[in-house]
Amino acid sequence: METTLFSRRRALTAVTSSVLSAGAITLLGGVRTAHANTAAESDIAILNVAVGLEHEGIGAYAIALKSGLLDEGTAKVAAKFQDDHKRHNDALIAAIRQLGGEPVTARTEAEYADALKVNGLKNQTDVLDLAARLELGATNAYLGVIPSFSDSALSKVAARLAADEAIHFAVLNLSLGRPFLPALAFGA
Amino acid sequence: MNVGHIALAALALGLSSQALSASETGDAVRGQALYASRCVGCHSIDSNRVGPAHRGVVGRRAGSVPGYEYSTALKQSKLVWTKHNLERWLANPENTIPGQKMGYRVEDAQDRADLIAFLSDP
Repeated sequence: METTLFSRRRALTAVTSSVLSAGAITLLGGVRTAHANTAAESDIAILNVAVGLEHEGIGAYAIALKSGLLDEGTAKVAAKFQDDHKRHNDALIAAIRQLGGEPVTARTEAEYADALKVNGLKNQTDVLDLAARLELGATNAYLGVIPSFSDSALSKVAARLAADEAIHFAVLNLSLGRPFLPALAFGA
Repeated sequence: MNVGHIALAALALGLSSQALSASETGDAVRGQALYASRCVGCHSIDSNRVGPAHRGVVGRRAGSVPGYEYSTALKQSKLVWTKHNLERWLANPENTIPGQKMGYRVEDAQDRADLIAFLSDP
């Protein structure tokens, strides 16, 4: 199995060799203790923004996979990253329900396509560029909401999700032949 | 007043001065880069996505972009997005409009000023 990530081709090849494993992820361990209603409602609202973000990511990768613009190796990477977002979403939705909330639903692919202006995507590079921008935005979004949760366990959840998004961004960035970001770039 | 107290007072004055000067001297070019890095995960200038579109936000009433599903708090808010209110919002959304759903904070005063400068004419 290839392990180096220092060439564009190898960056994508290494990702495709990972295994898509099944199984649920539990973000909140054990039974939640009682929350003040306002605090729980606030946390649920922020979690639902995250669900919206993940819905959009899942939709964006679906559009990318159907576009016919990705080569086989890149399509495998896109499928893997989409699966990560689905797992994020399953766990976020479970956390929302555990807190007594109701998760937001996804929009249609057509709505995501319109909002993300995908008509302007003409080749694989365009698709990777859009994906990289969205993953960078997602990384920074999760980092940015960390101080807003009333429950520190959810702050840790946001940090874990940011880490996954940062991996996605790093692979996409490398595959585009762009330089590494400087230290402390995320969240800045 | 000992040296430590004087130092703390000077620091507090310096920080408050920094916030005032940042709100007056935002860099729109830097703000555009910050927007691309920090905001694009949820927002676009011209499309409603996870967050509402931002074109025309400065001077607009909060909760008023057509087609976006705002929280009840934003829908009922009578706040207008002046630069001052945007500055407060970006620093701490929940303190500005309790019950909101954004949650995202921009903790650096200069970053907020630069973003607002960009959003004034994106």
